[in-house]
Amino acid sequence: MAKYFLKRLGLSLVSLWLLSVIVFYAGQVLPGDPGQFILGPFAAHSAVVALDHQLGVDRPLLTQYWSWISGFVRGDMGTSYEYQAPVAPFIGHAAVQSLKLAGVAFVIVVPLSILGGVLAALKAGGIVDRVISIGGLTGTTMPEFVSGIVVIELLAIAFKIFPATATSPPGSSLLTQLDHLILPAIPLVLVLFGYISRMARAGTIEALDSDYARTASLKGLRRSLVIFRHVLRNSLLPTITVIATQMGYLIGGLVVVETLFTYQGIGSLVLGAVTSKDFPMLEAGILSIGVVYMLATLAADIAYSVLNPRIRLGGVE
Amino acid sequence: MASTDAILPPPELRKLGRAVPESPRTVTQQLVRSPSFLTGSTIVVFWIVCAVFGTAFAPRNPLAQNLLDTNARPSGTYWFGTDQLGRDVLSRVIVGARNILIIAPIATLLGTVVGTALGLVMGYFGRWVDILVGRVVEAVLALPVIIVAVLFVRALGPTIPTLIVVIGFVFAPLIARTVRAAVLAERDLDYIAAAHLRGEKAPHIMFAEILPNVLPPILVEFTVRVGYAIFTVATLSFLGLGPAPPTPDWGADIAANYDVISAGFWWETLFPALAIASLVIAVNLIADGVESVLAQ
Repeated sequence: MAKYFLKRLGLSLVSLWLLSVIVFYAGQVLPGDPGQFILGPFAAHSAVVALDHQLGVDRPLLTQYWSWISGFVRGDMGTSYEYQAPVAPFIGHAAVQSLKLAGVAFVIVVPLSILGGVLAALKAGGIVDRVISIGGLTGTTMPEFVSGIVVIELLAIAFKIFPATATSPPGSSLLTQLDHLILPAIPLVLVLFGYISRMARAGTIEALDSDYARTASLKGLRRSLVIFRHVLRNSLLPTITVIATQMGYLIGGLVVVETLFTYQGIGSLVLGAVTSKDFPMLEAGILSIGVVYMLATLAADIAYSVLNPRIRLGGVE
Repeated sequence: MASTDAILPPPELRKLGRAVPESPRTVTQQLVRSPSFLTGSTIVVFWIVCAVFGTAFAPRNPLAQNLLDTNARPSGTYWFGTDQLGRDVLSRVIVGARNILIIAPIATLLGTVVGTALGLVMGYFGRWVDILVGRVVEAVLALPVIIVAVLFVRALGPTIPTLIVVIGFVFAPLIARTVRAAVLAERDLDYIAAAHLRGEKAPHIMFAEILPNVLPPILVEFTVRVGYAIFTVATLSFLGLGPAPPTPDWGADIAANYDVISAGFWWETLFPALAIASLVIAVNLIADGVESVLAQ
């Protein structure tokens, strides 16, 4: 067990290191000179060179990478070019905002999609199953801004059920904030529903087909009890993993939803940093997203192995 | 010898005596009988016709601005209304099919070719090659596809070839993962051992022996990925990273007009949104048809 955790942790660290190299390199790929960017297009060449030196971007790449990554580990994410202020508070504030939005989406989607997946599995091959399966797949490939536009026009403009903006006035109560977040959460829910319900469906079908479910039925247990006591417990294992891996998608989806609803979260922060070539902000934002994703998958793997004795006891990778 | 192996269904399916489509012809016959495949194809063909001949039959010039008729409601004159610059929304929706229908399929094809090669190498060699490539794949997958694409498109410039290459390379690791899993299931089967005994080289075994046997899952993955490619292309143009305006483009047109939704001008964004939605639904119906025929 301990060996499995250590191995899993080691592999995650390697991936995380690779990710930091990729992110750092990507920051270098974006064309444009930071000094020139800060001082504007008409700045004197000598001033640009001096500022580049002050920022440290004229140092060898390896040195720059080292000072960046060692600072990041200590919590120093550098100074934003655009705002001329430390990056970390921006990331922190944006992360909290995104977390609220993502939280609302998750609270809606997890029970809904598990219910949908189990329902589809119980009626496998029937109309309900087909509708949930094709509908779910369509939802996962429907761009968030498309469903976003439709829900804004339907629920905010035509029927005025929800406010059309995601940002509530400063100092609003939790309930008002929630009211503003439901509409932007719907596009995310649509995308996530397909993934999670498909996994729940597959898990349930497999569990229904298992020997222990058959034994339980044969010994005369009521079908509802078989499902609740034996099937669900096993079928939801793979679903846990999928919920965690969707964290990565979710943050990508936030870029679009936050742009559409002009909401100040981590997605719009990163997108803004790409547009303004604010490398420190960009690199810190993307690496934070990567760290969150890796931690989520790691947590899912551990939860999965704790719940599944076959992995807990055997040496399965 | 090698060629006969390639035509037969995967040995483990033969053993189980499952029905496997024997030839491309039976696959096509089954597809034509699938209602979801037919519906999806009809919609896609409709949009392809719009993309190719749209400029010929669009009611107006999609680029022509009529500043006396801006934000006109849908009516007999303008079926889908006009946008903020007085351009005909219907004509822009028809001609706007072009970008997405060029970029999405070619990018997916590129991603499938690269991903298949990677997956074959990972699955076949295993051991350290698998671990090494696997870590890189996992590191790339830790980043949301959209963020990676935004980063590179921004760096390389939003042209059609760049979009194709960037989306193709972002998709490759995902496809590699599927192919790798399929290859792992094949690797220890008898026909591979036989090929080893004949003294075949690794490239021959990977591409001539294993590849034909893992084609069905690759084909399913391809059709599903086209849907995601459409998602990605549309999203990038919405974020301002698609081919440059004033070319009609569904995603870009929504981005250009979504600030006037609250003023009540819903048609400027709703019709391009419905166009994207119809294409996404159509591709998924096709994927569903292909999957049910190939994976039965």
